[in-house]
Amino acid sequence: MPEPPARLVPVLVGFARTLRAAGVGADHERTRNFLTALERLDAAREQDVYWAGRLTLCAGPDDLPRYDRCFAAYFAGVRPGPGRPQMTVTVTRFTATPSGDRGSSDGNPDVLPATASEVEVLRNRDIARMSAAERDEVHRMLAMLRAAREQRRSRRLVPSTGGVLDGRRTVREAIRRGGEPARLRYRDRRYKPRRVVMLADVSGSMAAYADSLLRFAHALVRSEPRATEVFSVGTRLTRITAELRHRDPALAMDAVSKAIPDWSGGTRLGEEIRELLRLADARGSVVVIASDGWERGDPGLLGAQMARLARMAYRVVWVNPHKGDPGYQPLTAGMRAALPYVDELVAGHSLAAFEELADRLGGLRRA
Amino acid sequence: MEERDYLADEGLATAAFLALKMGRPLFLEGEAGVGKTELAKTLSAVLDAPLIRLQCYEGLDAAQALYDWDFARQLLHLKAAEAVGAADVRALEGEIYDRRFLIARPLLRALEVQPAVLLVDEIDRADDEFEAFLLEVLSDFTISIPELGTIAAAAPPVVVVTSNRTREVHDALKRRCLYHWLEHPGFDREVAILTRRLPACTETLAAQVARAAARLREADLVKPPGIAETLDWTEALLTLGAAELNPDLAAATLGAVLKYREDQQFTVKNGLLRDA
Repeated sequence: MPEPPARLVPVLVGFARTLRAAGVGADHERTRNFLTALERLDAAREQDVYWAGRLTLCAGPDDLPRYDRCFAAYFAGVRPGPGRPQMTVTVTRFTATPSGDRGSSDGNPDVLPATASEVEVLRNRDIARMSAAERDEVHRMLAMLRAAREQRRSRRLVPSTGGVLDGRRTVREAIRRGGEPARLRYRDRRYKPRRVVMLADVSGSMAAYADSLLRFAHALVRSEPRATEVFSVGTRLTRITAELRHRDPALAMDAVSKAIPDWSGGTRLGEEIRELLRLADARGSVVVIASDGWERGDPGLLGAQMARLARMAYRVVWVNPHKGDPGYQPLTAGMRAALPYVDELVAGHSLAAFEELADRLGGLRRA
Repeated sequence: MEERDYLADEGLATAAFLALKMGRPLFLEGEAGVGKTELAKTLSAVLDAPLIRLQCYEGLDAAQALYDWDFARQLLHLKAAEAVGAADVRALEGEIYDRRFLIARPLLRALEVQPAVLLVDEIDRADDEFEAFLLEVLSDFTISIPELGTIAAAAPPVVVVTSNRTREVHDALKRRCLYHWLEHPGFDREVAILTRRLPACTETLAAQVARAAARLREADLVKPPGIAETLDWTEALLTLGAAELNPDLAAATLGAVLKYREDQQFTVKNGLLRDA
């Protein structure tokens, strides 16, 4: 079989690098696989190079369109520019409201005296009406938040005092006693944290809360990294779980802001929930939707998708920042369509509301 | 593969070829019903190797995927040894942990049977602890059993791993594999598959079914029909003795192709199959 000629190797490696710059995870090992694959095929045939690369360098359907673009550009002799354009969106996108009349330190809003009573006041204030410094303080406390989690019985068996007989350990014990199975050992199903799938609305109408919501999501991921999935919703659904795995909140927020392509757009919740049901397994999960329900799409579609979601999920919790208003009525068309399928509608406008939500996810205080 | 009635496009054929030549697992993703599992079955038939299937589920552990000890027989053996008065613990241990008391589960069986096609189906359903030991098995095709030693495969089995993408599989595992995303077949291929798999199906009927299926896939459905569903559907139509697809027959057999009530309602309401 024709080996790729030595002169081709730099070209092929260059292609892998181009892909990497375009955001495809074509790492060293994958590049080597690519070359090995071409040893078995015909490196002079365009189709063979295409498939060898696609099979070895890509890792998911998202990679495929990028791969096709890079392939066309690279092998047509045009090398694309260095990397994809970096998103220039920052997470903190608030205009600080003047804080002089709100009892925080006069004249110098950057320094916040965090006495216990001030924190208590801060705790119940609407995040949208805070100064930048106050909000920083809230974010600092969100970073320390530990979210409780409901438990479910797993099918995995662990040593226990009751349950089903554990043959392996019983035999070991018997050998130790010279062949007498005197003590029986058991295994039982253990408990695992129930999965939480959170949808954080980052559309324009939620701009004032988006940053805090994402920080709350970060706290969720940090508490149970293996049992949490977070998506941002706006005009499209984006999985941001991996970005939120950074332990440091600032790093995580930075990564998230780069990953979300549709800050401050409209919301198409119906379509996105359908996309969610296609992408992620909501079965048995607690689904948290954080949005004001300002639906740009068809409310009928939202209702239908919510019905499906409610049938699959263990519990659906809707977090609406406006619920914090005493006179709040769920009047937006989207909210009205979704409400019949929501198990709990909670507020999400203040630190206290977030703390309560974190507690509720533990299933302790079920309404 | 064509001989076995599995019609692969160039990408899938290349993928299968490379998996065989490079001895790498083939990681298949794609929507449900595009023929992921079917590929493993076909490879097994083509290579004349037994298909060893490991269906993943939550809580799948080493005892069910790799190997387990036959405890009942071990205990019997212990009692027998006791009866003749052999009480040397160390010797006893050697006897008890012998190959004959080992029950091979799919992964171990795939290493011992040669040649073999190993299908690890729906890996996304297993929890991520399972991926870790699957990775270990797939990277050097050995299984180490603490009580017995390491069992290595003389010739690595052909491995097909499938995922429905309900969860992102760990990158370390994917990196070991050749990755292929399976698409719904195009019109011509679907017609070819239908007539090939169902000899009673005429070219006309196959074309009508494929056209209808293509329309359903374009529509906004909860679960667009895969090739598995169109095969079921055609079979249902053939069972009813249909030579052509017409709206009445389509309505009567809708349950074979659309498995969600919402989808059926949507299809009827929007008259997707009215001119079928």
